[in-house]
Amino acid sequence: MTVDVPVNGTSRREEIEPRMLLVHFLREQIGLTGTHIGCQTGQCGACTVLIDGEAVKSCMVLAAQAEGHEVTTIEGLAPAGTLHPVQQAFWEEHGAQCGYCTPAMVLSTVALLADDPDPDEHAIRHALDGNICRCTGYHNIVLSVRAAAQKVAAGAVPEPFLQR
Amino acid sequence: MNPSPFTYHRAGSVGEAIDLLREHEDAGVKLIAGGHSLLPVMKLRLAEPAHLIDIGGIAGLAGISAGTDGLTIGALTTHRALETDPAVARHAPLLAEMAAKVGDRQVRARGTIGGTVAHADPTADYPAGLLALGAEMVVQGPDGERTIPVAEFFVGFLTTALSPDEVVTAVRVPALPSLTGTSYQKLANQASGYAVVGVAAVVTLDAAGACADIRIGVTGAGDHATRAAAAEDALRGQSLTDEVIKAATDRADEGIDLLDDIHASADYRRRMVRGLARRAVLAAVERAGAK
Ligand SMILES: Cc1cc2nc3c(=O)[nH]c(=O)nc-3n(C[C@H](O)[C@H](O)[C@H](O)COP(=O)(O)OP(=O)(O)OC[C@H]3O[C@@H](n4cnc5c(N)ncnc54)[C@H](O)[C@@H]3O)c2cc1C
Ligand code: FES
Ligand code: FES
Repeated sequence: MTVDVPVNGTSRREEIEPRMLLVHFLREQIGLTGTHIGCQTGQCGACTVLIDGEAVKSCMVLAAQAEGHEVTTIEGLAPAGTLHPVQQAFWEEHGAQCGYCTPAMVLSTVALLADDPDPDEHAIRHALDGNICRCTGYHNIVLSVRAAAQKVAAGAVPEPFLQR
Repeated sequence: MNPSPFTYHRAGSVGEAIDLLREHEDAGVKLIAGGHSLLPVMKLRLAEPAHLIDIGGIAGLAGISAGTDGLTIGALTTHRALETDPAVARHAPLLAEMAAKVGDRQVRARGTIGGTVAHADPTADYPAGLLALGAEMVVQGPDGERTIPVAEFFVGFLTTALSPDEVVTAVRVPALPSLTGTSYQKLANQASGYAVVGVAAVVTLDAAGACADIRIGVTGAGDHATRAAAAEDALRGQSLTDEVIKAATDRADEGIDLLDDIHASADYRRRMVRGLARRAVLAAVERAGAK
């Protein structure tokens, strides 16, 4: 079947099998490998992307179901060579170790801050409950989200990466 | 982990979905809403429908409306919407409390109330609360619309009173009487998020503070959600001391054929049903009195 999925603001018209999962569409069909796969059973959250601004697990969605809905992946968060304020906060607060969970953590944080600009620790942990991290113990992730909230509230814009 | 191949259809209306269900019944057909129960079983090849009908885009099937007699919740309403909707918080806080405990935020953004009731997972959260609230399912089939009381809806393991060519269009939750409190207590499986056991209580007090009415719904314990009738009977009309509540909720597992599996033994589930029932009733009583 032919689907037309808008990814990071660009319409992606592709010929696919109806059973193709959105995560495979992103990684294999259009080559955006920033979206990771940890479990494929909906547990780990590594495959999180935004659909119409809401964080969802792309291994639990058919590409066909996403047709006509805006998909945002980590690649689309900020222009190439720059970091979105949430990415910047994760970098500054050491919110990543191996980085496997990080694109998903960042996108979940973007979704959280969109409807709760000033989340407390409980709200942060509730919102990131579906994102498993095997490295950090979550402490620095919570700090990163707090820092991201402050940056976003202060109107931060994407910053050039590694040019400071 | 991919599902078996299928033909994908997008239904533009409930009528179209019903027509497609009938047309492909022999070949094997399934509706898909959020897909968060169906895709996992399709990946495991426990379900291999030849046709999938996507109802996710049907206009008017999502949304919550509040009337004097209660809430009408469209089948495509997500857990996230139930968790955050102000009308739900005001008129049916039990639904919001359950919704907040479903899976995680991403799951709540996709999973729907229609999908959860139609799937009838024995460890799903809503069935407990819908039983306690006395909800009804609005369903549409080839011969039109009918409503199914929740007490008749969940009939067995992954089995409901729904016919193969029927679509759940809404869930109706009656308005709560005054002096009523509600609570949902859940022991979540740490891996899946589903309930090992979940107990919902809806308690109405009389002017003297005694129990005028009570309904307790239990999920996760048996192969489908049920009411804890013996415990309810032991509480109705009583003054609700801690001792009375303890003695009554120690009967909350009566009549349930307890599951015994990798997640919990039957004996463990028995203790959890009783303990969570006690907590749910205590919390509901407190909330009823606080109003
Ligand atoms: C990681 C993970 C964790 C989860 N944790 C929990 C949890 O803690 N508690 C919990 O209760 N649930 C949990 N769920 C399940 C989640 O709540 C599902 O979203 C929900 O049970 C099904 O809704 P859906 O819209 O995704 O249904 P789908 O998967 O689309 O459909 C499920 C079934 O219902 C049928 N169906 C769907 N809509 C209708 C309709 N309107 N009329 C008739 N039939 C219909 C489909 O044909 C299918 O057979 C979890 C799921 C995942 C992936
Ligand atoms: S890969 Fe999707 S949740 Fe783990
Ligand atoms: S940083 Fe390694 S899994 Fe989170």
